[in-house]
Amino acid sequence: MEILLDALAEVFAPTTAAFAIAAIGLNFHFGLTGLLNMGVAGFMLVGMYGYAITTQNGAPIWLAIIVACAAAATFAVILGWPTLKLRGDYLAIATIAAAELVRYLGRSQSLQPLTGGSTGIRGNEFKFTFEALSPFPNENITILFWTYHGTLSSSWWLRVVAWLLVALFAFTFWQLARSPWGRVLKGIREDEDAVRSLGKNVYSYKMQALVIGGVICAFGGVVWALGNSVQPDSMGRPTTFWIWTLLLLGGAATVFGPILGSILFWVSLVVVRQVASSVIPDTWLSPIELEPFSLVLVGITLMCLVIFRPQGVLGNKRELALNG
Amino acid sequence: MADNPFASVPHEPGAPKPDAIVKADHVHRHFGGLTAVDVEHFEVQRHAITALIGPNGAGKSTFFNLLTGFDKPQTGEWQFNGHSLVGTSPAKVARAGKVRTFQLTKALNRMTVIENMRLGAADQGGENFFKALVPPTWRTREKDITVRAEALLKRFKLWEKRDDYAGSLSGGQRKLLEMARALMSEPEMIMLDEPMAGVNPALTESLLDHIVELKNEGVTVLFVEHDMHMVRRISDWVVVMAEGRIIAEGPPDTVMSNPAVQDAYLGAHHDTDLSEIDATEEGK
Repeated sequence: MEILLDALAEVFAPTTAAFAIAAIGLNFHFGLTGLLNMGVAGFMLVGMYGYAITTQNGAPIWLAIIVACAAAATFAVILGWPTLKLRGDYLAIATIAAAELVRYLGRSQSLQPLTGGSTGIRGNEFKFTFEALSPFPNENITILFWTYHGTLSSSWWLRVVAWLLVALFAFTFWQLARSPWGRVLKGIREDEDAVRSLGKNVYSYKMQALVIGGVICAFGGVVWALGNSVQPDSMGRPTTFWIWTLLLLGGAATVFGPILGSILFWVSLVVVRQVASSVIPDTWLSPIELEPFSLVLVGITLMCLVIFRPQGVLGNKRELALNG
Repeated sequence: MADNPFASVPHEPGAPKPDAIVKADHVHRHFGGLTAVDVEHFEVQRHAITALIGPNGAGKSTFFNLLTGFDKPQTGEWQFNGHSLVGTSPAKVARAGKVRTFQLTKALNRMTVIENMRLGAADQGGENFFKALVPPTWRTREKDITVRAEALLKRFKLWEKRDDYAGSLSGGQRKLLEMARALMSEPEMIMLDEPMAGVNPALTESLLDHIVELKNEGVTVLFVEHDMHMVRRISDWVVVMAEGRIIAEGPPDTVMSNPAVQDAYLGAHHDTDLSEIDATEEGK
């Protein structure tokens, strides 16, 4: 029963929402346009640094959000400008390197006054503007089986806002994907030259997709930071690969794929971890080893999924498969 | 156009046309030491079907790419409708009214036939990011586009395939789709790169009819082709390329008897007995 409740709690957890938002951003890149953005975590980190540092300096929340978006958009333009004219692989290389660059810059000694170095920025230094807007009482609230604080940190308030954002971005994706704009992107995903020959400026469209997706990834980063803290090492390469995994799991180029993927990913992670800890004796696997072990199991499950159902749970095989 | 517009055009490489829609001068493209295209002067007559032929490696496709902005030459200038297109991107060339198709068909296989067609349309405001967010700004135009697309699909006998993925079409049907899609933007000129390649004989006939129909509607056609029978059937004027140069021009029924053309296609000594050549070589 406890396992079930913990697993169900993951369904609407802020972290799940944050990853779903980032996956929607990646869906603009990969699902719609076919851009291989291997630096999702970098976009998230840029967003959360933009938000947290602006708030630390006394700015109101709307300004912090604008700065976070602007930072991610700038990051996208800098990355896309030299690479979008080249073959897709180059964007992948540039983004994976740039994301690591952001992380290393964030944790570097020389930027410590700004970014807090490797310890990052603690929650109480940047969460207060968001928490001040909370309509929930400033105490623990129990709804159904779950008890969380109404306002502070990983709260009911954050859950409401995070999932409203998921809904907003999913709606935006749906609206854009079925528009003529989305049609051009789907054309580019398949054959850039064909779209060029029909009079569309492919470079400009790829840049637009990179920027809009990047900004959405940044929102994912901000939501994640509001539930945890700004910590550069939590936004390393594994985060990027998890988001790729859950996007492919749910189904790329679909509206609900990123959301379902994120939920399935986090729920199965919790279930595997808890079941493993209650079934496997301590002498076989120590509690410290359980975490990586459950990730291995999740990884194997996902590999099977990609092998046997490459379009993901919701994907349309005829429209988008992983190979070819 | 009752009179033959080519009546006064001399049968020689780079001949000036009475009403040229495309003019190119000194176009030179080389890859390393290999000269792919070296065209001194080239004109295409408006409202006519011009064929560009030549043996493999003659530079036809490269010349096509240069004229449509998909490749850039080392030197040269060319214009379309009196406007220079030097350094113009492929997208802008298409928007100027000169649309091309590809030798290896580029139907977008994972989109439906009707979506392929809609993508070909010009002036869809909904292709702008901000307008895309507000469907009322593009719905009306989308309906007009769909009407045009459906009319073209019926004409090109693809109506039954309207909602199928383009990937499920046969090779010939994809060629038809690509041509129909190129017509969505109502271009002044269409450039077809080997429209007959890989198309079965039954479909070839209807493809040829479609090309002639285009001309009747006032579209200028320039096409690359290998098959001389096709060229003879539909073209008004034939331009022959070999080793990057234009070596002959003329109406289809006379150009093939030009010695330079036979030379390029078959080699200078195609009717010489090989043993005689060997004998003369030894005699030297």
